[in-house]
Amino acid sequence: MAKSTTMNGEQPTRRDFLYIATGAVGAVGAAAAAWPLISQMNPDASVQALASTEVDLTPVAEGQIITVKWRGKPVFIAHRTKKEIEEAKATQLRDLPDPQPDEARVKKGKEQWLVLVGVCTHLGCVPLGHQGDYKGFFCPCHGSHYDTSGRIRKGPAPSNLEVPPYEFATDTMVRIG
Amino acid sequence: MSGPSNFQPKSALLQWTERRLPILGLMHSSFVAYPTPRNLNYWWTFGGILSFCLGVQIITGIVLAMHYTPTVAGAFESVEHIMRDVNYGWLLRNMHASGASMFFIAVYIHMFRGLYYGSYKEPREILWILGVIIFLLMMATAFMGYVLPWGQMSFWGATVITNLFSAIPGIGPKVVEFLWGGYSVDQPTLQRFFSLHYLLPFMIAGVVVLHVWALHEVGQNNPAGIDVKSDKDTLPFTPYATAKDSFAMVCFMILFAWFVFYIPNYLGHADNYIPANPLQTPTHIVPEWYFLPFYAILRAIPSKLGGVIAMFASIAVLAFLPWLDRAKTRSAKYRPLFKQFFWIFVITCIGLGWLGAKPAEGGYVIASRILTAWYFIHFLVVLPLLSYYEKPSQVPASIAESVLGKQPLATAKAKGSR
Ligand code: HEM
Ligand code: FES
Repeated sequence: MAKSTTMNGEQPTRRDFLYIATGAVGAVGAAAAAWPLISQMNPDASVQALASTEVDLTPVAEGQIITVKWRGKPVFIAHRTKKEIEEAKATQLRDLPDPQPDEARVKKGKEQWLVLVGVCTHLGCVPLGHQGDYKGFFCPCHGSHYDTSGRIRKGPAPSNLEVPPYEFATDTMVRIG
Repeated sequence: MSGPSNFQPKSALLQWTERRLPILGLMHSSFVAYPTPRNLNYWWTFGGILSFCLGVQIITGIVLAMHYTPTVAGAFESVEHIMRDVNYGWLLRNMHASGASMFFIAVYIHMFRGLYYGSYKEPREILWILGVIIFLLMMATAFMGYVLPWGQMSFWGATVITNLFSAIPGIGPKVVEFLWGGYSVDQPTLQRFFSLHYLLPFMIAGVVVLHVWALHEVGQNNPAGIDVKSDKDTLPFTPYATAKDSFAMVCFMILFAWFVFYIPNYLGHADNYIPANPLQTPTHIVPEWYFLPFYAILRAIPSKLGGVIAMFASIAVLAFLPWLDRAKTRSAKYRPLFKQFFWIFVITCIGLGWLGAKPAEGGYVIASRILTAWYFIHFLVVLPLLSYYEKPSQVPASIAESVLGKQPLATAKAKGSR
């Protein structure tokens, strides 16, 4: 191939233009070819078609926490006691690393039901119920303590346990998702 | 160093082949005539041992893949099927599982060897960085391999490690879903890990070729850390290095066999014989022993992003080592202060490994923080300062002199005859 003439301070030639144009088209082509190869890694249509889960709450006694599966993840449904609700409400927002009042995490009039994605916001372990310094949840993996509202209080987790989208289909039936 | 080979095969057929593809000449100049420093000790045998380990993993792995099922429903059972039903399946799996540990024992010795004798210094920077890349690929391979049996530790190890990426600000959660192919570690995750676990060892083999190429370009370092100056300083690879490497390899195989036949589960974790349960985390998650020091660093930092950054930085810092330690003297043998700090560093790493297996609470966390701090201080403060303030001791004039002592040239020649 001939040497580029611009090196000698002359005007760009037709050949320079062709080099750059070919290179640019080649780069776009390579990116277009790589796209499907990378995109296939993302959650596919069958995984995305998230089914919602319905749960009957009648057998869940006060003070009990049940675990159900939603989108492959555990979801906790806690039937909180009066004391637990009061503790959650009494907590000052300034004591929280991720400030959020208890009201924002439960449905009005249904304060006894706490519904949480049971995945520690640190690195994804499943916390244990009724444990830890705040008697809410405790993650054994690296020691994160959550309170009776599922809010992070102590340990490496950066944020509160997530509240999934859910609604009460009837008084005793909850639909998650 | 290796220069053009003047290798001439005897048979006419081989001469015919050699003129068209000089592969025998390449082998001869790389592994027979190749000049090795005459003072190499047994710490230099681990390169050969590592090649052996890679070979063992690839061969046993390919055979295991003939019986293994990469599905959430079938993986655990297929591994049990390998252990109980497949002819010699127990042997192949034990070799592969213990083999991974052996591989890491060898690579850690190999790396500390490099740290002690200054093998990362000019002109071996690229050789050293290629080594760091191999180490990273090994970690990725072993991590994904450990997920395949789909036991409790497989599942929760995969969950915790992939979640490290959720610490990336903004796009973190999307990255994790991309890695999983879903909303939790599940079938798509297992299947892609199997595919990549099959691929990566061959990529390692490719980087090993570059590593050896770079080695043969700049030549081996040696315990004295001085350059080869004349033929008197070297011995031909065969028989000298070949014999030494073979002896060390047989010793290593004995250790390997002891693990495979007598204590195959010693380095594993009992919880991995419980099938994966996405709804219940084991009370005490520990990674495989070879990840423990890094795991301790991760947990030492009381912030999610900070812990992840510290963990990756602890490996990345190795790649910058040639520019952090600017001392001209390579070998710790002639660096009295560096030598002491080297051993403190070794103890730091072992300490971190021990702490990585302990629960993250109380005194263990404090100790992890101190050792994590020292790990980085060693690289970022101690080594740069030593480069300027340490007074090295007298380095021998040549490799031959370091082995034979200061002798009149004639006797040295006689002893070093070849
Ligand atoms: C760098 C090389 C390699 C390393 C460090 C490595 C490491 C591992 C580890 C730690 C396990 C889990 C062992 C257990 O607890 O059961 C494993 C499993 C497995 N590996 Fe590899 N491996 C390597 C190469 C390969 C290759 C090349 C293949 C296939 C071609 C392969 C196929 C498998 C299969 C099928 C399993 C699942 C069966 C089992 O768990 O024993 N591996 N690997
Ligand atoms: S995963 Fe829960 S504390 Fe780390």
